[in-house]
Amino acid sequence: MGVDQPLGSNFVTTSLDKLVNWSRSRSLWPMTFGLACCAIEMMATGAARFDLDRFGVLFRASPRQADLIVIAGTVTKKMLPVIQTVYEQMPEPRYVIAMGACACSGGVFDTYSTVQGIDEALPVDVYIPGCPPRPEGLLYGLLKLQEKIMKERNTFGAAIGLGEVVREV
Amino acid sequence: MTDQAAVEKLKAKFPGSVLEVKEFRGELTLTVKAEDIVAICTFCKKELGYTMLADLAGLDLSAMGVAGPRFQVVYNIYNIKAKQRLRLKAPVEERGPRIDTVSGVWGSANWLERECWDLMGISFNNHPDLRRILMPDDWVGHPLRKDYPVQGPDREPYQGRQI
Repeated sequence: MGVDQPLGSNFVTTSLDKLVNWSRSRSLWPMTFGLACCAIEMMATGAARFDLDRFGVLFRASPRQADLIVIAGTVTKKMLPVIQTVYEQMPEPRYVIAMGACACSGGVFDTYSTVQGIDEALPVDVYIPGCPPRPEGLLYGLLKLQEKIMKERNTFGAAIGLGEVVREV
Repeated sequence: MTDQAAVEKLKAKFPGSVLEVKEFRGELTLTVKAEDIVAICTFCKKELGYTMLADLAGLDLSAMGVAGPRFQVVYNIYNIKAKQRLRLKAPVEERGPRIDTVSGVWGSANWLERECWDLMGISFNNHPDLRRILMPDDWVGHPLRKDYPVQGPDREPYQGRQI
């Protein structure tokens, strides 16, 4: 490299984006929030057999400590204001996963009382199809979200007032 | 006391109010006048031993093609001691459907009548707390009525899969 390394291998050089994205994507803390049968599958994903902890995904009991909300189940119009409140209470950066057919599109509940997809109200990052998705499906969705976070550019800089977020074309 | 004895007693006590008695597969159904529903229910509980209101429901008969009033309120009551069931039906007119509350007779009628009002739009006179119970507070309309669009009033109804 031609650069002296007086401190040995105690340093790495990287970009701020990579460091920030790496730390964000490897500590995705979801809000403990379930709506219907998909929530059972989400709990199974968190439990010993599939073990979300190994991805740094730890369910938090408060929206103030959460980075991610998994919309796991059917969203009724009566529940929608509650979900929006929880989402607004989460600090940025925050992410949304629509888990299952109901959260993606309303699913089989094509009725007066059901929201036809949570994307009518929240900005969804990852859609996971299935009714309900297998735990592997949720894991794959989480990995996709990690990939997506790794592609973010200058979100940290924009948050502290240095320039704008660079959007990929 | 057998079912039949209870019906005979009801008929004797309210001669003009018991409109019809039907038995189907061992289930007794009495159609009674809506005006006397509180008196009849009180009698059923106090004198005939039907101490439990198992369910209360509203019916919309408008799609059935039958004569008579559009709505019915159905009371499924149970005599715990004798293990006997009885069903009371009270016809209610379409315009401004209302009937007296039986929440003073059985306390469980309170929420059941709220549900009936919420989803079917049948009002209950003298109800202590007639609010919506299932739909959001600001909801307009009563969704279990047969003329309520399944997908809601603000959406086009599903036309089948378009190819």
